[in-house]
Amino acid sequence: MDRYMKAPLDKEEVKTLEAGDYVYITGTIYTARDAAHLRMSEALDRGEKLPVELDGNVIYYMGPTPAREGRPIGSAGPTTASRMDKYAPRLLDLGLTGMIGKGRRKQEVTDAIVRNGAVFFAAVGGAGALLSKCIKKAEVIAYDDLGTEAIRKLEVENFPVIVVIDSKGRNLYDEVCKN
Amino acid sequence: MVRSVNVELLTQNIKEMCIQANHYLAPDMDKAMKDAHEKETKPLAKQILGQLLENLEIAGEDMIPICQDTGMAVVFLKIGQDVHFEGGSVEDAVNEGVRQGYQEGYLRKSVVGDPLLRVNTKDNTPAIIHYELVPGDRVEILVAPKGFGSENMSKIHMLKPADGVEGVKEAIVNTVREAGPNACPPVVVGVGIGGTFEKAAILAKKALTREIGTHSELPHIKELEEELLAKINEIGLGPAGLGGDTTALAVNINTYATHIAGLPVAVNICCHVNRHIARTI
Repeated sequence: MDRYMKAPLDKEEVKTLEAGDYVYITGTIYTARDAAHLRMSEALDRGEKLPVELDGNVIYYMGPTPAREGRPIGSAGPTTASRMDKYAPRLLDLGLTGMIGKGRRKQEVTDAIVRNGAVFFAAVGGAGALLSKCIKKAEVIAYDDLGTEAIRKLEVENFPVIVVIDSKGRNLYDEVCKN
Repeated sequence: MVRSVNVELLTQNIKEMCIQANHYLAPDMDKAMKDAHEKETKPLAKQILGQLLENLEIAGEDMIPICQDTGMAVVFLKIGQDVHFEGGSVEDAVNEGVRQGYQEGYLRKSVVGDPLLRVNTKDNTPAIIHYELVPGDRVEILVAPKGFGSENMSKIHMLKPADGVEGVKEAIVNTVREAGPNACPPVVVGVGIGGTFEKAAILAKKALTREIGTHSELPHIKELEEELLAKINEIGLGPAGLGGDTTALAVNINTYATHIAGLPVAVNICCHVNRHIARTI
């Protein structure tokens, strides 16, 4: 079914999401991909505070193309989520509530999703131009030197995603393959 | 007669081709996507294919790259043996074209200079350049920016002769199945069969640039291409891996002679943003 949600996410509402739901997200989300995850992980190892508040928040696995003048962002579609599997359980245990990416996740990630009542959404891969239209503002808030891999704070409006792994651990990809 | 070509011509063309390839799909890919949308029977799959077509329109009209992964620039140069290059090094000229194209075209810089140290080169160089010498005095440039969502799911299988054609089919179908949603289906499957380890991989990469809907001139390979496309679409993975009839748009196979002891099979997967553009100078 179609759902409309605000971000940061309401954790009780997240528990009502089901694999296969089509969700339009409006609000604030953050980007981070490979290099930013490595840096966050190193920061945690040193006992430092992360540059983003995780509780209730959504991380979008995405590195955009540069914005043309007068636009908030360039092409902005999802990257493959499994490359963040090494880091995701730790972030979920620290309160991260939603992830947007594409592709399969390891069992450890699903376990952490269930343990924390979180959710993994897929955005359609290769639809970066279309998805960029739902991003109204973008601002680099950490790791600026990483270029496209910096952490960005995004204001999104009706950003379209599909629930792939819900808080009960149901997985839409697995169901597709089984059938 | 020897024809002189200034390497600046390479730079200029490659710059334009990088920008064009990342904003407009080649007509064959565009048509394949439209045909898939029309034929798809699953509602969610049809909706996703519709979004991908809309994405293509927005990309061209608003000059936003089709995909944020504007790839590593793969450049095939087919150089006539009567060509004499002047004005500098060919390699530098190609990289300069990529540098200018990725900067002026607002394309993403996705290349790290060392695979382990991983510091971004900030201009998307170096390119991957393949040279081929052919008769004549022309230079054919083929630019194919390659995204890594699908590149990461590509594989090479060093099969044994006894594995035969059945082993080849199994290796190809399994590679696409394992790639699953990660490779951004619907995909194009480029296959190289034969040669050596590296030859098979290059054949597979080149196969991705062949026009969709055309087949190998070898009857048994054409048959294999058609059979494998049907088999792969039976998996039911569908657009974005969320189920549907359209898992692959084409299976393109290139072959080469090989050793009595071997049967290399390279499978290079490309997402639906299969970018390739050719010019002859």
